[in-house]
Amino acid sequence: MAERKIRVLLAKLGLDSHTVGVTVIAQALRDAGMEVIYTGLRQTPDMVVQAAIQEDVDVVGISSLSGAQMQHIPKVLDKLREEQIEDKLVVVGGVIPDEDAHSLVAAGVDKVFTMGARTTEIAEFIRAWWDEQPSQDA
Amino acid sequence: MSRDPLVLAERAREGHVASGARLIRMLEEGDAGAVDGLRALLPHAGAAHVLGITGPPGAGKSTLVDRIIGELRRRDRRVGVIAVDPSSPFTGGAILGDRVRMNSHATDPGVFIRSMATRGQLGGLATTTYEAATVLDAMGYDVVLIETVGVGQDEVDVVELAHTTAVVSIPGMGDDIQAIKAGILEIGDVFIVNKADLPFADRVAKQLTAMLHLREAPEDGWAPPIVKTEAERAKGVAELVDTIEAHRAHLEITGGLETKASRRRERVFHDLLKARAAAQVLAGTGDGGAALLERLRRGELDPYAAVDALLGDGRGC
Repeated sequence: MAERKIRVLLAKLGLDSHTVGVTVIAQALRDAGMEVIYTGLRQTPDMVVQAAIQEDVDVVGISSLSGAQMQHIPKVLDKLREEQIEDKLVVVGGVIPDEDAHSLVAAGVDKVFTMGARTTEIAEFIRAWWDEQPSQDA
Repeated sequence: MSRDPLVLAERAREGHVASGARLIRMLEEGDAGAVDGLRALLPHAGAAHVLGITGPPGAGKSTLVDRIIGELRRRDRRVGVIAVDPSSPFTGGAILGDRVRMNSHATDPGVFIRSMATRGQLGGLATTTYEAATVLDAMGYDVVLIETVGVGQDEVDVVELAHTTAVVSIPGMGDDIQAIKAGILEIGDVFIVNKADLPFADRVAKQLTAMLHLREAPEDGWAPPIVKTEAERAKGVAELVDTIEAHRAHLEITGGLETKASRRRERVFHDLLKARAAAQVLAGTGDGGAALLERLRRGELDPYAAVDALLGDGRGC
C-alpha cells in the first residue's frame, strides 16, 4: 500500500542556465526511489521557498554553476527561516569554491557537493539524513 | 509543524498553505490518521469547479494549464492545481516537472500547485488525487485543475473526478480511428486542438467535429465544443475558459453537478471497499497471506484457487 517517499525539490537560481548537472542529479535521485520536483531555471529565492511549501518536500537542492551562489542561496535560507520551515535538508551542488562552500555551510546549508561528487554519494547522503529523522508517524 | 490531522485540516480551511500541503502528503502516504483530517474537510468541500485536463504526452498540457491559470486569475478565481506525472515502475522514484511550465504563478498566493506521482496507479492519476483535490476544494480554491499524466488509450480516470474534462489533441497524432479507439470522444466535455498554428490543425478540428456528430446525442444535452488554442502564445485561452465556465453553468442548470458528485462518491466507496476488504482478508490469515502467496509464486496454486482458498469458491452465496 502507500508508503513514505523522500520528496526533493531541485532548482536553479538566477541567470544560471547550465541544466545538464541538475538533470543528471534528478535522474539519480529518481533512480534512488525519490520523488524529485524540478522547478526549472531562473528561480528566485521566494519561488523556491513557495514551491517547497506547496510540495511539502523534505529536501531543497540547489544547483549553482554560475558563480552567483553567495548572492542567492543565503536568501533562500533566510526565507526558509521566515516561513518556519528550516527543518528541511538544504543541499547545494555545482562549481563552488572552497571558501564559498564554508560560508554556505556556516549560513545553514547542510552539505555542499562540488565537482567530482558522485551522484550515488548525493543520494546516499540524503537517504542517511532521512533515516536519522525521528519517526514522524502520527 | 503539527502532524495532527485535525489541526492541519482546521488550518488548511483557514487558508494555511503549509498545513494543506502537509495533510495532502499524509494522505498520499496512507497515514492512518490522515483520513480524519480529510473527513473534517468534506463538509467544506464541494464548491470548487474541478477541471480535468488530459491528452497525450507532448500535447502541451502543462503550458495550457499555465495559461488557463493566468486567465482564471484575471477573472479573480483562486486556483489549485494537481499535476500528475508517472512514477518509475522500476525504482518507485519520479521526476515531476510540470512546475517548470507554471513558474509565472509560483509566488502568487492565489495559486497552489502540487505535483503528484502516480505511484503505480494506472489510469492517468495518482491513487490519492481525489483526496488532494478535496483538500484544495475545502481550502477555498474556486477551481481545482487536475493535469493527468500524458495518456494514451483507456487512461481516463479523470472523468470520475472532474466536473469538466478537457481533452487536448494536437495535429499529427494519427488518424481519426485513433481517437475513436482511445475512447477520448466519450470522455471530453470540451475538446482542445492545441498547437493550432501547425499544419492540419483545421483538419483535426473537422475530424473531431464529424466524429462527435456521428455519435449518439449526449443524454444531458451538452454538445462538446471544440476550441482551438495556441497555448505558447496564449491564443484561444480566454475562449477556452469561457467554454469551460459555460459547461459548469450547464451542469448547474441540468443537475449534472449532483449526478457527478454521487457517481464520484460511489466510485470512492468501491475503491475503498476493495482496498480495505483485501487488506482485511489477508490480515485474517495470520501471516498477511505470506504462506499463500509463496505457494502461488511457486506455482502450486493458481490465482483462482488462491482466492478461493481465502474466500471460498463464491458459489454458495
